[in-house]
Amino acid sequence: MNKILLIIKREYLSRVRKKSFILMTILGPILMAGILVVPIWLSLQKSEKQKIEVIDESFQFSYISSKDGQRKGLIPENESVHFDYPEIKIEDARAGFYDTDYDAILYVPSNLLNSGQLGINLFYKKQLSNNVQEHIQSNMSKMIYEVMLAQNKVNMNVIKDAKDKSTFTLRTIQLDETGKDKETNTAVNVGIGFACAIAIYFLIFFYGAQVMRGVMEEKTSRIVEVILSSVKPFQLMMGKIIGVAMVGLTQFILWVILTTSIYSIAAATVLKGMDIKQVQQKEEVIRIGQNLDVNHMGKIEHNPVVDLWSKFDNVDMTEILICFVLYFLAGYLLYSALFAAIGSAVDNEAETNQFMLPVTIPLVFSFMIAQFVTQDPQGSLAFWFSMIPLTSPVVMMVRLPFGVPMWELALSISLLIGGFVATTWLAGRIYRTGILMYGKKVSWKELGKWLFYKG
Amino acid sequence: MSSILSAQNIVKKYAAHTALDNVSLEIPSQSIFGLLGPNGAGKTSLIRIINQITGPDSGTVLFEGQKLSPQHIENIGYLPEERGLYKKMEVGEQALYLAQLKGMPKAEAKKKLKDWFDKFDMNAWWNKKVEELSKGMQQKVQFIVTVLHEPKLLILDEPFSGFDPINANLIKNEILSLKEKGSTILFSTHNMGSVEELCDHIALINRSKKILDGPVKEIRKNHKSNTYEIEFSGNMMGFTNSLWTFGKLGEHKMDGDYCKAQVVLTPGSTANQLLESILPVAQIHSFREIIPSMNDIFISKVNAENPLGTKSNFTE
Repeated sequence: MNKILLIIKREYLSRVRKKSFILMTILGPILMAGILVVPIWLSLQKSEKQKIEVIDESFQFSYISSKDGQRKGLIPENESVHFDYPEIKIEDARAGFYDTDYDAILYVPSNLLNSGQLGINLFYKKQLSNNVQEHIQSNMSKMIYEVMLAQNKVNMNVIKDAKDKSTFTLRTIQLDETGKDKETNTAVNVGIGFACAIAIYFLIFFYGAQVMRGVMEEKTSRIVEVILSSVKPFQLMMGKIIGVAMVGLTQFILWVILTTSIYSIAAATVLKGMDIKQVQQKEEVIRIGQNLDVNHMGKIEHNPVVDLWSKFDNVDMTEILICFVLYFLAGYLLYSALFAAIGSAVDNEAETNQFMLPVTIPLVFSFMIAQFVTQDPQGSLAFWFSMIPLTSPVVMMVRLPFGVPMWELALSISLLIGGFVATTWLAGRIYRTGILMYGKKVSWKELGKWLFYKG
Repeated sequence: MSSILSAQNIVKKYAAHTALDNVSLEIPSQSIFGLLGPNGAGKTSLIRIINQITGPDSGTVLFEGQKLSPQHIENIGYLPEERGLYKKMEVGEQALYLAQLKGMPKAEAKKKLKDWFDKFDMNAWWNKKVEELSKGMQQKVQFIVTVLHEPKLLILDEPFSGFDPINANLIKNEILSLKEKGSTILFSTHNMGSVEELCDHIALINRSKKILDGPVKEIRKNHKSNTYEIEFSGNMMGFTNSLWTFGKLGEHKMDGDYCKAQVVLTPGSTANQLLESILPVAQIHSFREIIPSMNDIFISKVNAENPLGTKSNFTE
């Protein structure tokens, strides 16, 4: 037992001291924080104000002032868009477009309301941002809507009142066994589930490959024979697997710590003191307003990122984090044993390919399954693939934010641990033969035989 | 003399091939034991079984009379033929690690390592990575690691390969001094010169079977063919006639009246009788018995076992 600790210590220290580990540890959180902060930062950025030339032949969006005879616009402006209403023909405007500093020409034909189809066009030099397009479209649509109601002598207030009273958002609340309510949001669940699944998939591959390369290094450098004269092959294999697992955990913990600190620093500086809670609250207010206003086509700009953030509170992040670590560890142990067996059976990296494929297929497959799982997280497909040890780490992480009964979690984890014990046993038998076998191209049949060799 | 290691009726099979077929060995304490045999004969399989890297299919190995078990690992040191160290690891750290795996406490291992590094004048290597050392330097490090824990049984597989003559001599002296201190050395090699020089006992393995074993002196004595080489001046014809019934002329050559001849004694005759009979006819310059070298014995034994056409060639 003492010797396995020595092996774990060496495997751990030799990796943690590497430059690549330190680099990954530092770059990881920067990337993660970037993924979290950049969208928020971008969404809060005011883009450069767009100048748009409106050629309104229909006079639905502008009128001639009786005071000074000038045309006055009606389309609301905001911080990112400004409208001018010059008296100019569309042909001339088009011809002279590049001599002006306008970013776009908005053309409203004269027969707007009679043609049955609204032929409103926007000509641009460079693509306008979605926000600006959205702003133009929703405001103009709303204005036409009101005009049409008015033309038909419908009372605007009646409509508005009916809309307001009939509009609601369907709240989806999970009632758990303890009788507690848990409000969920499908998009957030899918997002969290997939993020965790991707992370598990990536980490298993990354650290599994490290185990494989470590085994191959020992085999090709021939030090394995010296070490095996002191310890059992199984001890060496497990020492390596556990050592690398601890490297993974260390990196993960450092990432969480660093990401959190970088994120809070970034949030403090980039968001200019605007606490995320404040953003959420502001957004909450906006959302309530929006619900009331839902079909009146947005006076309010919707910020999907901040909106998403506000829903994280509804997901049990502690449960997810604990399960993530559990599934990562158990899944890693299962796969890394197989990776170790592959590493022991081959003489060089090129030969690993034929054995890698069958090991990676279940992982890739579980990722494909994940898409169906999000559509029906409690279905039988989701259930079974979150039980099968080879696919459960990825599939269960996708299911988890939707809520998984305790007994299913327990069963899945137990099966995964059972699977890990089985693959480790299997891998150990291949390993102890393979690690001492040189210059022989190994086939699947050969590997099968090794399972039954006597120690 | 009691034996430190006794292997009894060892059988080891791999799928279609038998690596060791009922091999038994007795390695006497405080001796240098040569394990000889052509490539693929089963030497490595046997060494791995003694090191408990693999187990035999049947048969037992006794270490100092006890059944070989993991507790004996600390008493065995192993230098494999294919040397290997972690290339990216520092020399000192690696040596400490391997010593601790053999069960040495860290402090003790460190102290002993320092002594060895002083002795071989390699203190400057301590913090170097193995890949920065030359091959010979790596070999030295590996040798130290093998003997550091002062094992009772030291298994050296081709210990001199990769060393220049000066370092090979250094290692040879270390091996002899380890023997003086009480270690037993199991020595696997193709180098017959070093066998004659160092080994007290040998075992010859060919095609999974042991075909010869015993003390080196005895084996050479048993394999001598009562052949004498005589150098003399005189008449070859007279010499041949004078042999009488005591001997039979073998290979011979003449250079003027200087002759060199090999004579095989007829059974029942002695060297003295032969000498007496030729004294009157020849002026004798030298008279010596030809004792076969281990190399000759090795080749003749292996070739006698193997069918024609698969003759092994062992001249080194």
